[in-house]
Amino acid sequence: MESLIFNLFIFVLASFVGFELISKVPPTLHTPLMSGANAISGITVIGAVVVAGSVDTGYAQWIGLAAIIFATINVVGGFLVTDRMLEMFKKKEGNQ
Amino acid sequence: MSQFLSDAFLPHVPTFIQLFYLLAMSLFIFGIKKLSSPATARSGNQMAAMGMLLGVAVTLFDQEILTFEFIIAGMAVGGILGFFAARSVAMTAMPEMVAIFNGFGGGASALVAWGEFSRADISLWAGQDLATAGLGIMIGSLTFTGSFIAFGKLQGFISGRPVTFPGQNYFNLLLTGVILILVGWFVTDPSNLTIFWSIFGLSLLLGVFTVLPIGGADMPVVISLLNSYSGLAASMAGFVISNNLLIISGALVGAAGLILTNIMCKAMNRTLGNVLFGAFGGGGEARAAEETGGKSVNKTTADDVAIQCSYADKVVIVPGYGLAVAQAQHILKEVAGMLEKKGVTVKYGIHPVAGRMPGHMNVLLAEADVPYDQLYDMDQINPEFKSTDVVLVIGANDVVNPAAKTSPGSPIYGMPILDVEQARRSIVFKRSLSPGFAGIDNELFYADDNQMFFGDAKQSLQDLAVAIKELE
Repeated sequence: MESLIFNLFIFVLASFVGFELISKVPPTLHTPLMSGANAISGITVIGAVVVAGSVDTGYAQWIGLAAIIFATINVVGGFLVTDRMLEMFKKKEGNQ
Repeated sequence: MSQFLSDAFLPHVPTFIQLFYLLAMSLFIFGIKKLSSPATARSGNQMAAMGMLLGVAVTLFDQEILTFEFIIAGMAVGGILGFFAARSVAMTAMPEMVAIFNGFGGGASALVAWGEFSRADISLWAGQDLATAGLGIMIGSLTFTGSFIAFGKLQGFISGRPVTFPGQNYFNLLLTGVILILVGWFVTDPSNLTIFWSIFGLSLLLGVFTVLPIGGADMPVVISLLNSYSGLAASMAGFVISNNLLIISGALVGAAGLILTNIMCKAMNRTLGNVLFGAFGGGGEARAAEETGGKSVNKTTADDVAIQCSYADKVVIVPGYGLAVAQAQHILKEVAGMLEKKGVTVKYGIHPVAGRMPGHMNVLLAEADVPYDQLYDMDQINPEFKSTDVVLVIGANDVVNPAAKTSPGSPIYGMPILDVEQARRSIVFKRSLSPGFAGIDNELFYADDNQMFFGDAKQSLQDLAVAIKELE
């Protein structure tokens, strides 16, 4: 039970940090924020790696494989598309 | 990967993995922090991506991992798909893209919980592990189907109109209750696979039924909320496998999704409950168009607009999604450049929900090389309208409708708007007098200080560019 409570503390503290950090992001960047945060939620790929890499458990591996594919699409696609957007944001002087 | 390490080092591997997770988490937090300014945002995103890479790389040293074929295959397939999707998507289709990625993320979390459940010896699992696994599957699954329904609605595969049946909200509430009860039952009887599969199946259904009754225009809110859910799902998966990095990252994303959802609801003058259960959109349009009868508008021409803008001190441009639909961002940027050469100060005033999701218009203008320091948020630009000579409203409607401030009966009453009517002159570029998204007539069009420049946005701006050139 202690580990659950401990994890809950971490979860709640991280939520507060998240609220603080994200409320400072200006509206100009809300679309990249949304897609960037979305990419971070692909962190679940770590769990997928553990499931897919553990042997002797027949179909769990296939579930893990599907999980890795899904999460990697989320991570790679999310970060790249965010980068594509942010790359276009330029200051006036830097232009031309 | 741990088999490549020396035996003496092996006992310390878990500690090192945790330390690297700590580093990865710090990179996420710094990355998001850097998103607070356009100047540092790109490196912030790259930092977060580095954190992700680091997190995945050290996980490969986990002693539980013995084979790499599936991992490599999965990452190759997912990486290639993600890469091409991200490279090829049009900037106007960003809401759809986020919806898809989000669906995959939620789906992955559900699969992790399922995989963990089927590979582990569940007799060793405590009740809390089972509960979080059940909740993880629930949230992940409904995020998965919900996101794809949202995608379908945005793409037009599924009708954008709210699809409802009587008692729908009660049905969804009941379904949610049933799933939660099943999760409780699952905790007490984890070997009963019928319960397990029911949680899975009903949660997938819940995602469909929750999003179907919501109108297409509200999809960005839904996506943002589902984004928050996919963060929660990742956190739940973190609880299941006791991984702090997952718990923390998931919580960060959950918070981001909630804040953005809240911002969108405020900007649209709606409550989240109204968005989710109100079946808004469709109906109402017919009524508004008829009321335009007796009132008259001032029409204007390209030459006239050119003269007014060229001799102004300050021009503010208010772009709406109609501008992007007409693909007129580039020509708009040219017109703005011509005016600046004449010494006119040009600024862009952007409503929080201009475009199809918050901040979308900024991305679309950035794509057309409009420098971000010319883009002003609603709160920054509103005090400036009083000292503005000419406002050009292009492809926007409801966000400049003074009815939001003046007529308590209006559906948009209370919605924050751009105070365009305070400028000395406003010029609205529009095809016709038809009402906007919310289906409400716009008083601004009939104001004395307002002029209407009828026509397609792109064509009108091209004419304007020619007219400005001719003045020289």
